[in-house]
Amino acid sequence: MRPGAPELKGVQPMATDQSREFKIIGTRPIRPDGVEKVTGRAKYGADYALPGMLHGKVLRSPYAHARIKSIDVERARRLPGVKAIVTGADFPEVKGVMAQVGELIVNTHYLSLNVMAREKALYDGHAVAAVAAVSKHVAEEALELIEVDYEPLPPVMTAEEAMRPDAPVLLDELRTRLMAHRTDPGSLEGPDRPSNVPGHIRFERGDLAAGFAAADFVVEREFTTAAVHQGYIEPQNALAVYSADGHLTIYCSTQGAFNVRTLTASVLAIPEGNIRVVPAEIGGGFGGKTTIYLEPVAALLSKLSGRPVKMVMNRAEVLRATGPTSGTKARVKIGAQRGGKITAAEVWLAYEAGAFPGSPFAPGAMCTLAPYAIENLRIDSFDVVVNRPKVAAYRAPGSPASAFACECVLDELAEKCGIDPIEFRMRNAAHEGTPMPAGPPFKKIGFAETLEAVRRSAHYQTPLAGPYRGRGVASGFWFNGGLQSSAIVNIHSDGSVSVVTGSVDIGGTRAAQAMIVAEVLGVAVEDVRPVVGDTDSIGQTDVTGGSRTALATGMAVFEAAQDAIAQLTVRAAKLWDKKPHEVKFDGGVFRSVADDGQIITLRQLAGRLARTGGPVVGRATVNAGAVGAVGNAFATVCVDVEVDPDTAKVRILRATIAQDVGRALHPDYVEGQLQGAVAQGVGWALNEEYFYDQKGVLRNFGLLDYRMPTCLDLPMIDTILVETPNPNHPLGVRGVGEVGIVPPMAAVANAIYQAVGVRMFELPMSPPRLLRRIFENRNVTVEERASAAG
Amino acid sequence: MANKVIVETNINGDPVELLCEPRQSLLEVLRDVLELTGSKEGCLTGDCGACTVVIDGRPVCSCLMLGVEATGKNITTVEGLASGTSLHVLQQKFLEHASLQCGICTPGFLMSSKALLDRNPNPTEAEIRYALAGNLCRCTGYDKIVRAVTDAAAALAGRTRPAHGTVPSETASGMAGEMLAKGEAK
Repeated sequence: MRPGAPELKGVQPMATDQSREFKIIGTRPIRPDGVEKVTGRAKYGADYALPGMLHGKVLRSPYAHARIKSIDVERARRLPGVKAIVTGADFPEVKGVMAQVGELIVNTHYLSLNVMAREKALYDGHAVAAVAAVSKHVAEEALELIEVDYEPLPPVMTAEEAMRPDAPVLLDELRTRLMAHRTDPGSLEGPDRPSNVPGHIRFERGDLAAGFAAADFVVEREFTTAAVHQGYIEPQNALAVYSADGHLTIYCSTQGAFNVRTLTASVLAIPEGNIRVVPAEIGGGFGGKTTIYLEPVAALLSKLSGRPVKMVMNRAEVLRATGPTSGTKARVKIGAQRGGKITAAEVWLAYEAGAFPGSPFAPGAMCTLAPYAIENLRIDSFDVVVNRPKVAAYRAPGSPASAFACECVLDELAEKCGIDPIEFRMRNAAHEGTPMPAGPPFKKIGFAETLEAVRRSAHYQTPLAGPYRGRGVASGFWFNGGLQSSAIVNIHSDGSVSVVTGSVDIGGTRAAQAMIVAEVLGVAVEDVRPVVGDTDSIGQTDVTGGSRTALATGMAVFEAAQDAIAQLTVRAAKLWDKKPHEVKFDGGVFRSVADDGQIITLRQLAGRLARTGGPVVGRATVNAGAVGAVGNAFATVCVDVEVDPDTAKVRILRATIAQDVGRALHPDYVEGQLQGAVAQGVGWALNEEYFYDQKGVLRNFGLLDYRMPTCLDLPMIDTILVETPNPNHPLGVRGVGEVGIVPPMAAVANAIYQAVGVRMFELPMSPPRLLRRIFENRNVTVEERASAAG
Repeated sequence: MANKVIVETNINGDPVELLCEPRQSLLEVLRDVLELTGSKEGCLTGDCGACTVVIDGRPVCSCLMLGVEATGKNITTVEGLASGTSLHVLQQKFLEHASLQCGICTPGFLMSSKALLDRNPNPTEAEIRYALAGNLCRCTGYDKIVRAVTDAAAALAGRTRPAHGTVPSETASGMAGEMLAKGEAK
């Protein structure tokens, strides 16, 4: 074993450095990529350009559901400046293979159909053809010259409609399958006939009837949440160069370069080894950039034209055709005893997948009520195809909608029991050993600690005064992704260090990796240069997503630094003509174990590597395990709102989030994750939704009408970092990126109830919806109210 | 017949002569003609502010203006914010306060903030939030951005501000209170 290095093998419990004092971890250095990003020099996907480059644009279906009878591209082809055109006919048939992409599982057959429609267009915005031309304006003009003969079909826009037995069928081959767990292929459920419901998962334990019989109060409610978009500010982009030897290079912003390589290879039916993906800086992803859209299209256009082809979506394309998250329907029934103990819970969930199977219906079921110990439980969750864009991952995919439903019902139960909502949750809180809804027990978790942190916060301890004001709390759960990461630590001759990983940096992970290396090697963080490699310069590394990057890539980096020390120890021993075990390392200095005064700093030793055997390169790879096996995250959110009594506009007065972060590597960027998650949750709660018309055409495809929170809509967001070290991580780190988005919707709904006395069962809680509920509560309609005011 | 127009303008202190098509936006001219890719395209409809530049002292969405309209204007882009290798105080404070995560909105926020501080060197939290409401950030929740601008204003005025995490939350008493007071007053 390496001297001074704890053994680290996958997710086995290990002797860790969790209890030691850190010099660098927990401090707040300036991020190493910061200057590039504040000076405009950092290169994002759309900033790349190559000599001779063409510009590609996509023609998209104006119908939600239509048979494509023919496509005539001849007029477009004759437009001067047009160099290549592709349609579905140019793409190979791809067999359905299930590929794990971050937290979601992708069927490559449907991925191919989503990239370019074949026989049917399945949503407004579905790609049907693409053009490469000498400028984007010429490409856009060419799109108008392509003639597509559509036969419109009736669209199915909601899960409820799509689940009806007489609903129009989107995909003839789909059947309903009952699954026992997330990756179970499942068995046929019900009759062998086409269905819009490809997946049904059920978790069940205890005796529901007995549980409800033992309850003093039972609350049963139905909830609806609107589809919302991840809302990254940078649209999707890809620059592809197909070379004469069959090799393909793709520059793009993505959460996972290796995913782009795997998925593009499958859609184009070419070997993965022929593709190099160079990840650009990425302008936000939130899960939405874990899959591919433009990459294979740009590649084919490049192959046909022999020129580099760059494609960049506009905002309307992003909203119409890239993955939002599911709109959902939920029915929740929960019983509790007067003293606050939950006796039974029954949850029914339906998630709209968009046009192809693959909504986060399984994680939605795995997460809802996970913060609580409930003996009698049944959760059913359904995957439902509808004529909307195929959903993509969005921050804690699946959990926010199911948590919204259950956390609102818990608030009602707490009120009926006459118990403070935090205390109510505390009395039912899951601890180490409590089984999750899917069965396995939690390891060490810090959920109760997040409740306690909010209870003790200045926010919660300060009474909220004034009319139309209310306070609400809610909690949430999400997994930590494990998966694969690789890292290389190069020791340079001047004693500086570079660390190469395959994890693109969306929110400061370069800083975290540099800090881990500096901590282990005992060097200054400024002497560590983090680099994000392309798919040929580093080993397999899964997505920056699933709350896994600081965690799992951090493990690989930690190990690679330990590996470098082990090699350096051998070099120091060689200098002193000793055995490696006679040399110890601490705080950047190698010493002889014997008291003979032999001592050399890492920096000095780095200058002598040529003489002692050549460069030192530390390396490590990890498979940190299945999603959720490596760690779990909990958060509790408290918000104060004020409701305008005339317009029902809700203002967030104050917001606090407490989250179990395990150990904060760089607290600024941990806080930033929590604050950003709350902000997205507030948008989901109050404003954001997709508006489709009767024909299934999206009407709000711009950022004026798809309204995300601005800084005028939000207060400061206070964070409380609860540190319950993750027993599966050498530094105690937990993934922090996602769980913060789970509680805010219910917290806002519960606050609105306190403010104006109405329970909201629908997201977003926009002024028209809330006003209607307020008037319903007073037994007047909006119209009567208007005429009375009139 | 030529399709392009000659435009004479001033960008980041330098006189610039360029050729562009009349249909090209200023953003497209900056990015594709002049290779100044620091200004970002997020929406092309003036809703996200990622393309914000300062023109004659005012923040402008460069996607909403044509390149030919730049004639005779003084334009500052994010590339012109620093002086040589000395960062502008706003850039420095954005780094110190960790005000960026992915960084795509950062150039726009910096330019809107510069325009604000140039005309109002001592803004309140509400004034900062109002001035930056045309810029969307999806990563940060704006908290650390507002703190950085507050701190930059203080630094420009020679005042000292406490370091990380100790800038008090102005939420309850500050911005919301201020706005509510205004609302209640009328």
